[in-house]
Amino acid sequence: MQQDSSPPGQVSRRGFLKGAGAAVAATGVLGAANLPTTPRNTEPATLKADEVVPLRFELNGKQVETKVRTGYTLLETLRDHLDTTGPKLACDYGACGACTVLLDGKAVNSCLVLAVECTGRKVESVEGLAQDGKLHPIQAAFIAEDAMQCGFCTPGMLMSCKGLLDRNPHPSRAETADALAGNICRCGTYFSIFKAVDRVAKAPKEGK
Amino acid sequence: MSTEDRKVKLVLGFAGDRQEVELTIPDEEPTPWDLDTKFSVVGGKHARVDALAKVTGKAKYTHDINLPGMLFGGFARCPHAAAEIVSIDTADALLVPGVKAAIPMTQDRVRFAGQPVCALAATTRQALAAGIAKVNAKYTVLPHAARTDLALKDSAPVVHRNQQSNKSGTGAPRNGEAVAAALQQSAKVVRATATTQVQTHACFETHSTVAQWEGDKLTLWTSTQATFGVRSQVADALRIPEANITVISDFMGGGFGSKFGAGYFTPIAARLAKECGAPVKIALNRREEHTDTGNRPDSIQEMALGVTTDGKLGPYSVTITGTPGIGRGAGARNPMIYDFPRDVRAVEQVEVATNAGPQAAMRAPGHPQGSFALETIMDLAAEAIGMDPLEFRTRNDSNSVRLAQYADGAKRIGWEQRRKNGSATGRFRRGLGVASATWGGLGGPQAEVDCKIFRDGSVQVRNGAQDIGTGTKTVLGVVVAEELGLPLEKIAVSMGNTSDPTGPASGGSTTAPSLAPAARQAAYLAGRELKQLAAKHLGVSADKLVMKAGRISTPGSQGMTFEEACRLIQSGEISARGKRRSNFRTFKDGVAGVQFAEVEVDCEYGLVRVVRIVALQDAGIIINRLQAENQVNGGVIQGLAYALMEERVMDRQLGHQMNADFEMYKVPGTKDMPEIECVLYDIANGGNNTSVCGIGEPTCIPTASAIAGAIHNAIGARVLSLPMTADKVLAALAAREKGR
Repeated sequence: MQQDSSPPGQVSRRGFLKGAGAAVAATGVLGAANLPTTPRNTEPATLKADEVVPLRFELNGKQVETKVRTGYTLLETLRDHLDTTGPKLACDYGACGACTVLLDGKAVNSCLVLAVECTGRKVESVEGLAQDGKLHPIQAAFIAEDAMQCGFCTPGMLMSCKGLLDRNPHPSRAETADALAGNICRCGTYFSIFKAVDRVAKAPKEGK
Repeated sequence: MSTEDRKVKLVLGFAGDRQEVELTIPDEEPTPWDLDTKFSVVGGKHARVDALAKVTGKAKYTHDINLPGMLFGGFARCPHAAAEIVSIDTADALLVPGVKAAIPMTQDRVRFAGQPVCALAATTRQALAAGIAKVNAKYTVLPHAARTDLALKDSAPVVHRNQQSNKSGTGAPRNGEAVAAALQQSAKVVRATATTQVQTHACFETHSTVAQWEGDKLTLWTSTQATFGVRSQVADALRIPEANITVISDFMGGGFGSKFGAGYFTPIAARLAKECGAPVKIALNRREEHTDTGNRPDSIQEMALGVTTDGKLGPYSVTITGTPGIGRGAGARNPMIYDFPRDVRAVEQVEVATNAGPQAAMRAPGHPQGSFALETIMDLAAEAIGMDPLEFRTRNDSNSVRLAQYADGAKRIGWEQRRKNGSATGRFRRGLGVASATWGGLGGPQAEVDCKIFRDGSVQVRNGAQDIGTGTKTVLGVVVAEELGLPLEKIAVSMGNTSDPTGPASGGSTTAPSLAPAARQAAYLAGRELKQLAAKHLGVSADKLVMKAGRISTPGSQGMTFEEACRLIQSGEISARGKRRSNFRTFKDGVAGVQFAEVEVDCEYGLVRVVRIVALQDAGIIINRLQAENQVNGGVIQGLAYALMEERVMDRQLGHQMNADFEMYKVPGTKDMPEIECVLYDIANGGNNTSVCGIGEPTCIPTASAIAGAIHNAIGARVLSLPMTADKVLAALAAREKGR
């Protein structure tokens, strides 16, 4: 568990999370890659609970400006206020990975990140994976290997895969299993997902 | 036989057991595919037709429907496992800013912890939560019994009003005494009691509905396994015409049997929407999903089996006790599969009411629990007479498909290397096990599919039932592509809207085998019309024309492309409706499967690691090999979870589920995966014009049983209770040591 470094009297980020009713005891079931990143901003937090504040961040390559309540998670902000419904709400406490997005390139559970934490940062969801009408290789691999059944876990699963492949382009099966340990697929399509990651990992690099 | 009927000869079965049958087929039916049919599209590996939508986030599930002005709906729930409702006061809740409506539920009694007592709608999730907290409900708390063991006690409170006891059931079987006498005459009698846990469906997309009114017309987006069932149930509940309701389920995130009905939440979403004059979304939270949307009943199965010294099954008696919570229907299917003599078989089912959420059909209802007990007694009987458990099964199973699968699977898992039970030594011990399954999955009528061929050469297939992730849309696309001689990409398939032709609920693995034959017939009839246009143009007889590889031509290659033929359509489009007929003669009355497991048991910590599963499955004629393998793997993984992980834990004092979440209710993840080898058996089962069988359910049946057999083989002791957690494995080991 991260240590809370906020000075006394300030509302801390973790305090916000607890106040918002999000379970923070889920570390045991999370893949390491899915833990919220340490805030890049190091100055003490000064926001109050339940205020409305402006929010500006980059979502899938575009600047987004909106207003949020300080208690809103990134997940509900995306889903309810920005109609970005790729990330799914399946547990709302960081235990299933359905809401996985990349925050500054790292896979996080967006239900465990407050929207205000994303100010000035870069958020990627499944909607931003395809670029210029061209599928990302992991999307194409998911299609080719049938790495889905109902598809409800797929957006989160894809983002965890992308997070993995960005930092480790040739993962072993064990490394893939580690990176996806926080993403549940209730239909049980894990093997097809492994194969999809393998397909991308083994594919020759473009332009070479 | 009408003049239009025709006789056809078919070869059913598989290479190991070919059966010739002769059938009379009506004019509008295509000649059924059989074992000797050569396919172009059927049986290939195809990407599912909605895969692109799923990997781009464009697939909209009920959870994802956002409508202008939409409100969030939810429930205040009773914390007591049994209570009389004294009063429900919503005045304070309605004062919460953003709360727009609060409708108390009508019952006067609560029978399980978490039962809804009041529905609310509010402008935000936060306002909804605040409103729910302000519902002032007063209860007279009653005594409760939330578990089977507690509800069976003489002093247990009675769960249902107007009943004397929590027990009901079939009563003692009439032949009970005769079977008991026969058991006494048996060369060897084996007795055992096996128990299985309550498992929850834990659908990834929780049960959910969005309701929107436009005048007296109601549109419902709902996460369902039965679009048409929801329509009729909501019509009944709201007393409005079914014609005024449209149910949409474009994409849904898992059901596993728990999403057959409209539930309480769908009619109330419609009532809230009416009262507020705004659309309302109700999506249950994870806790509600565990406690109040169904579960697989538990079981206590007390068995006695007589066997001959040469390994033939004799008299068998079993008493099966389980709880459906406050619902009905807890039975387990035991015995099945093996050749038990019918006259000396006695089965008693006992149902125990408990103060817990009602059961719901769950993937092969009754089978995994029955299988675990049945395969346990099979293994114990084999051990008692000193026979190899695989040999014992082959002597008592007359199904030709399974006999082939036993032999095939034994080679793949390396059964000949199997050591005697308990002969492994050291901390880590390996073992092998085997178990079998049977299932129906043949489908039937009440299914219609439209096929349209347009002038531009495009083809559309429409049905109003749902694709629950099993790939039904793709199955229909493949069948139509095969019939019209086109690649799959040319076929657009639409499902999940009750404005389209009727289709079945997705249960019993019947969706594909009910719809595929109707789709094929629709394509056959539409194709026949197109052929007539082409024949006229080409000056040949339409009977001589074949649709293949994108062309309509005679064997002498006189012909045209499919697109050219479509240009001959005068106006509009060709449209045909296929209707599912009742089943004709089948090769077998169900599908057959066998699974082998290899495990490694850590005898110091009691941990079981499943090393490998070999799953051999009959699935009729395989339509899409990629999806079929994926679905078999999924069934095995849920079976593995049933074996080792999943269990609803109910507290004795408060009657609460203590693990209504994803941390302590353990569903398997990437780190729990064994190696799975999936071996599909293509079987021309007949029954319909495609020989499609459903395989959603059968592959989750024998996995836990095969794992139990493998643990038994590894440690020389039987774990008689699911899930086979470390404590139970260590207890079984300790009991074995003590018994030495």
